[in-house]
Amino acid sequence: MSKLTITTPAPCEIHFHRVFDAPRQLVYEAMTTPALVRRWWGKRDTEMTVCEIDLRVGGKWRFGLRTPEGFEVVFHGEYVELSPPDRTVHTESFEPHPEVSTIVTTLTEHGGKTTMVAVATYPSQEVRDLVLGSGMESGAAESYDRMEELVRAT
Amino acid sequence: MQPRGSGSSKLDATFAALADPTRRAILARLATGEATVTELAAPFAMSQPAISTHLKVLERAGLISRGRDAQRRPCKLVAKPLEAATDYLERYRELWEERFQRLDTVLEELKRRPR
Repeated sequence: MSKLTITTPAPCEIHFHRVFDAPRQLVYEAMTTPALVRRWWGKRDTEMTVCEIDLRVGGKWRFGLRTPEGFEVVFHGEYVELSPPDRTVHTESFEPHPEVSTIVTTLTEHGGKTTMVAVATYPSQEVRDLVLGSGMESGAAESYDRMEELVRAT
Repeated sequence: MQPRGSGSSKLDATFAALADPTRRAILARLATGEATVTELAAPFAMSQPAISTHLKVLERAGLISRGRDAQRRPCKLVAKPLEAATDYLERYRELWEERFQRLDTVLEELKRRPR
């Protein structure tokens, strides 16, 4: 299975590309059903505290996590376009920041496999970089966790 | 190991420094070799003091170093913070790849579900 590629072809954008070994109807379902989203959207060892999806145009969504340090992290937004199973457009904000980004997700299916292309557009490069930085924070936290595991194992 | 806070504030400085197009152009020029302030100012419609202000931001972010020669003080690219900025993208990718691997597991179950 091809791994995720992330590119930043424009200063305010992040592009995602990944192939899933499943028909797009299932990928769409797994990305828009709270009980299923709860199982994958969190982070390693971090359960989602909130997962609300009002799946209709103009409907709101709200995802929350509690970090291992006890911070509550909340993402929320609105569905702008829903064309199951091949295309969704939704907005996203990250509390407490007021900036709104827009994410266009396209699912195409070939031979039972689904290619996901998602383009996230941010209001400025500063916001885009802030979002990229969220990976650094959690990445760092997870690296520390793994280091701890290694230390305990020896 | 570095405390997490100091590592990320250093990265904040790197990204703030990289957020300006003039400063990115200066770094692109320095990637081809060291240069003096006069040489760096030449392609921009900017005064030398304005360029010097940008150089100070880049120097504070640890992206460039200045030579000791008092007359010329040539600027040189420092690679490490830039590598950290690239690392940023890779960490973000890893975060999402971990999510999508869990999604792969969910999809396997959905495929086996009786219709």
